[in-house]
Amino acid sequence: MSNTYYRDGTRPFVSVSGLRKSYGAHRVLDGIDLAIPQGSVFSLLGPNGAGKTTTVQILSTLIKPDAGEVWVAGHELAREPDAVRAAIGVTGQFSAVDGFLTGEENLRLMADLLHLGRAEGRARVRELLERFDLAGAARRPAATYSGGMRRRLDLAMTMVGTPRLIFLDEPTTGLDPRSRRTMWEIVRELVRRDGVTIFLTTQYLEEADELADRIALLSQGRLVAEGTPQELKRMVPGGHIVVRFADADGYRRAAGHVGASSCDEEALTVQIPDAGGVRTLRGLLEWLDSHAVEVAELSVHSPDLDDVFLTLTSDTPAREGAAGPSSTQEASR
Amino acid sequence: MRAITDSVTMTRRQIRHIWRYPTLVLTFAAVPVVFLLLFVYVFGGAMGAGLGAGRAAYVGFLVPGIMVTTIVGAAQGTAISVATDMTEGIIARFKTMAIARVSVLTGHVLGALAQTFLAVAVVMVVALLIGFRPAASVAGWAGVVGVLAMFTFAITWLSVALAMVSRNVATASNLPMPLMVLPFLGSGFVPAESMPGPLRWFAEHQPVTPVIETLRALLAGRPAGPELVEAAVWSAGIALAGYLWARRLYNR
Repeated sequence: MSNTYYRDGTRPFVSVSGLRKSYGAHRVLDGIDLAIPQGSVFSLLGPNGAGKTTTVQILSTLIKPDAGEVWVAGHELAREPDAVRAAIGVTGQFSAVDGFLTGEENLRLMADLLHLGRAEGRARVRELLERFDLAGAARRPAATYSGGMRRRLDLAMTMVGTPRLIFLDEPTTGLDPRSRRTMWEIVRELVRRDGVTIFLTTQYLEEADELADRIALLSQGRLVAEGTPQELKRMVPGGHIVVRFADADGYRRAAGHVGASSCDEEALTVQIPDAGGVRTLRGLLEWLDSHAVEVAELSVHSPDLDDVFLTLTSDTPAREGAAGPSSTQEASR
Repeated sequence: MRAITDSVTMTRRQIRHIWRYPTLVLTFAAVPVVFLLLFVYVFGGAMGAGLGAGRAAYVGFLVPGIMVTTIVGAAQGTAISVATDMTEGIIARFKTMAIARVSVLTGHVLGALAQTFLAVAVVMVVALLIGFRPAASVAGWAGVVGVLAMFTFAITWLSVALAMVSRNVATASNLPMPLMVLPFLGSGFVPAESMPGPLRWFAEHQPVTPVIETLRALLAGRPAGPELVEAAVWSAGIALAGYLWARRLYNR
């Protein structure tokens, strides 16, 4: 219950403590704590079957947890599900549009269900069709839409009710790179322009890196790490510098002296662990310069979320000590 | 109040579906029309003789049975469309919205009601073309429409529940199948009195027979008999059971 409140006594926009859910003997969620500030993008990252979708289903009132306390937008989920529903929007993994209806009719359906009234509903639908670049396809059945268009319509439908929190459950799975970038731009715009809080689940590390303010790694029903993308990257080693030499002579002279962790004579490259950041790099460049070694190519690799992901979500349970509690505290500024 | 407006919205959604795929109505009407033609032109002579009249008289006897066959046949289509809809992501969206929950189901029921009525109308037109000459008054016709609506409403709630209880579309299409047998094991095609003991007892005490008998009386220009009350009780019972069952399954 420690992170139900911030230190100043206010409650985060989304707060979850001790969330548990089992299906029979299978424990899907085994005690999840989350605190998400308003207006931020929070990403839940994890391999398939880690419990991401179950978490979204519970927080979006679709299924009931076995235990745990959830507050969303000032309402307790168990006691006021309808108040929570009024504050949220869900764009799920499986597109939640009516394929028989046109894009415009889908949006009108939402407007009617939200009781927007005729004039306001029409205006809102027109605005969203423009904004999500669907005006040209407004009169076509959604079943004829491309994957990217369906996701945009899906999100537009979610936006009809001006939700304050949007769940995006794997919003770009199956999209081509261009549509994926368009979706990212749309999500950023939602945060910037509408001040929406985003709860994103994804299996694409790049996506979490691009969008999320904070990331939590979920593995086998437990949070194994939580923090900003930068914090998470710092948790794993893996940064290195790769140097490719211009000729075999340079390779031979340098290979033994630059602290290489691995060498490849055929490709004339060495790999140097990047322990000291810029200092390592400067030292290396100075050495190469003073020994007049010709370099064909030099690149610096910082660890990416892939490294974090693979290190922390490997099948060994209980890496919890890693970052969990401390960085959760950090979220509670 | 919200339940009503949301149900109207959801019904509009279903009507749009029907509008976009009008051929579905013809699919619903196809089997009953085939039965109608088969029973009138192949069996009609013998059946009419059995009734102590001719083929033309048998048409008058048959049409109410065919109407009810259309309704129970359409139940299968309703179950398929509900089961299909439940697998769509949009249902999850509805469930995460602050709307009257049951409106999704009410929309399906009222949409299916409209669709079944269209199918019955198509069957009726064919019946008129092949010589069906109803003698009902305006009040009689109003009664016919009322009884049809009442029974369709009940069967539709039942088929929605059957759709919800089946985990997939294939099961959903099979579960309402036994309903198709009821008009045969009732007074739909031959008089119940002509059946042997136990079967006759079943025919006289199952829900479809009083509905058929009431329609038969009204279409022939006679006043509805005590079967009307029986039909109403059966319909109310089936509708209530179907509604409660479907609602519980949906909220699960």
